[in-house]
Amino acid sequence: MRFRAKIVDVACLNHFTRVINTIAKLAKTCTLRLTVDKLYFILTDKVANGGVSMWCELNQGNFFDEFQMEGVAAEHNEIYLELTPENLSRALKTAQNAKTVKIKLTNKHCPCLTVAVELPSLSSSSRIVTHDIPVGVIPRRLWNDFREPSVPDFDVSIYLPVLKTMKSVVERMKNLSNCIVLEANLNGEMNLKIETDLVSVTTHFKGLGNPPWEDGSQNSTQDRDPESMAEARIDIRKLLQLLAGQQVNPTKALCNIVSKRIVHFILLHEEVSLQYFIPALA
Amino acid sequence: MMPLSTQPETGDDQYVLVASLDNVRNLSNILKAIHFKDHATCFATTNGIKVTVENAKCLQANAFIQAGIFQEFIVQEESVMFRINLAVLLDCLTIFGTNSLPGTSTALRMCYHGYGYPLTLFLEEGGVVTVCKINTEEPEETLDFDFCSTNVVNKIILQSEGLREAFAELDMTSEVLQITMSPDKPYFRLSTFGNAGSAHLDYPKDSDLMEAFHCNQTQTNRYKISCSNLSLRH
Repeated sequence: MRFRAKIVDVACLNHFTRVINTIAKLAKTCTLRLTVDKLYFILTDKVANGGVSMWCELNQGNFFDEFQMEGVAAEHNEIYLELTPENLSRALKTAQNAKTVKIKLTNKHCPCLTVAVELPSLSSSSRIVTHDIPVGVIPRRLWNDFREPSVPDFDVSIYLPVLKTMKSVVERMKNLSNCIVLEANLNGEMNLKIETDLVSVTTHFKGLGNPPWEDGSQNSTQDRDPESMAEARIDIRKLLQLLAGQQVNPTKALCNIVSKRIVHFILLHEEVSLQYFIPALA
Repeated sequence: MMPLSTQPETGDDQYVLVASLDNVRNLSNILKAIHFKDHATCFATTNGIKVTVENAKCLQANAFIQAGIFQEFIVQEESVMFRINLAVLLDCLTIFGTNSLPGTSTALRMCYHGYGYPLTLFLEEGGVVTVCKINTEEPEETLDFDFCSTNVVNKIILQSEGLREAFAELDMTSEVLQITMSPDKPYFRLSTFGNAGSAHLDYPKDSDLMEAFHCNQTQTNRYKISCSNLSLRH
């Protein structure tokens, strides 16, 4: 098992840092899966996560100038690591003006991701700051736990409103209630609602548009009354975690609602795709 | 207190209070300044709305918003009064956040049907509409400090920024804030008596910060110093 990668371009480094910062906001620990072409940050829907799951995918070629990965075996050319993304985020904080950043898998007392940041220096030799981030190697027999979740058979698929507005509203609603109802229809309308003994607040978004899906996923939606709302009541803190973690506006942002079951969020940036599943509350 | 689900809905013409603002900040900023307790009493007449917050029957803050500030202001009865949770009201008024882009503002329409009904707020920014219904409660008697103007002995109007700076620098190890007002020196003095000693802050009557100075008698009074902190909220 071997892994070494290097980032030289400052824009790539900044972009990679932003992605790691977003992941750190969404998960305390997660699984990092390395393949020849991609990096994946995965969170499975365990009870400990409140049933939330995440699948984030990056093309390594868009970030790294050098990328060498040798998996556990020839037929299974991948590496699965358990990682605390906040540690990686902190290491990258020191890399703001770096000339290069090298990341490699090492064994120092325990398996580590070693991040070596080469910083500019006045003398001829560079200054290097090294961070050793402990990771857990996930054995092959557990790899099945981390398969890509399939797009659920949703009732309504709709583009999200401007995330900044959505975040402001959800932030305020969090002060008033622990759960929020997210409902939407095929007419491009979405409502966010909270209701307690003291107050009820509903925010109405219109004209959002419904994404076209290729056949297969559209089965549930074809005969649906466009005015009819699909709704799910979810934990408001989980929704806010997702919205607050976005550092850059995505190119595309949408959600798929399975009434009373789950909300599946898809946020696409140029080189990164993020899927986030929030289950409905009982 | 009537639970929200039993407070009924009725039509537009039966509102006893309707108030509209093009920019809700004009209301939320002033209410934030008096938000040191969660319960507030709202009192509306054709002159405007007065919001009162009290603490333990010894401290009262009032925000008064004149009818002229609103783009639309209708009060159908002689006076309209209700108690409401100010923290919830502020969360609703600022539902679109507190930092908006330059050129955008949030519009507000506030409606109240009368006793037993919730306060309804319609807020709009950039085509997005939020509707809030906040439970109202029985109004309680608020303190009447009886500021009868014929009994006024000393009156000073200062520019608030200067006084704010002074309040921010007060020695908080002192239990009291002593205020002296006098037609003779030191004219206007704030004093504290803390662990390090006593400190005095004097404002001469011809100071740039003085908007009005009318003192007839030397008066010295002491107040709990914690009260001065509340006036710094904003």
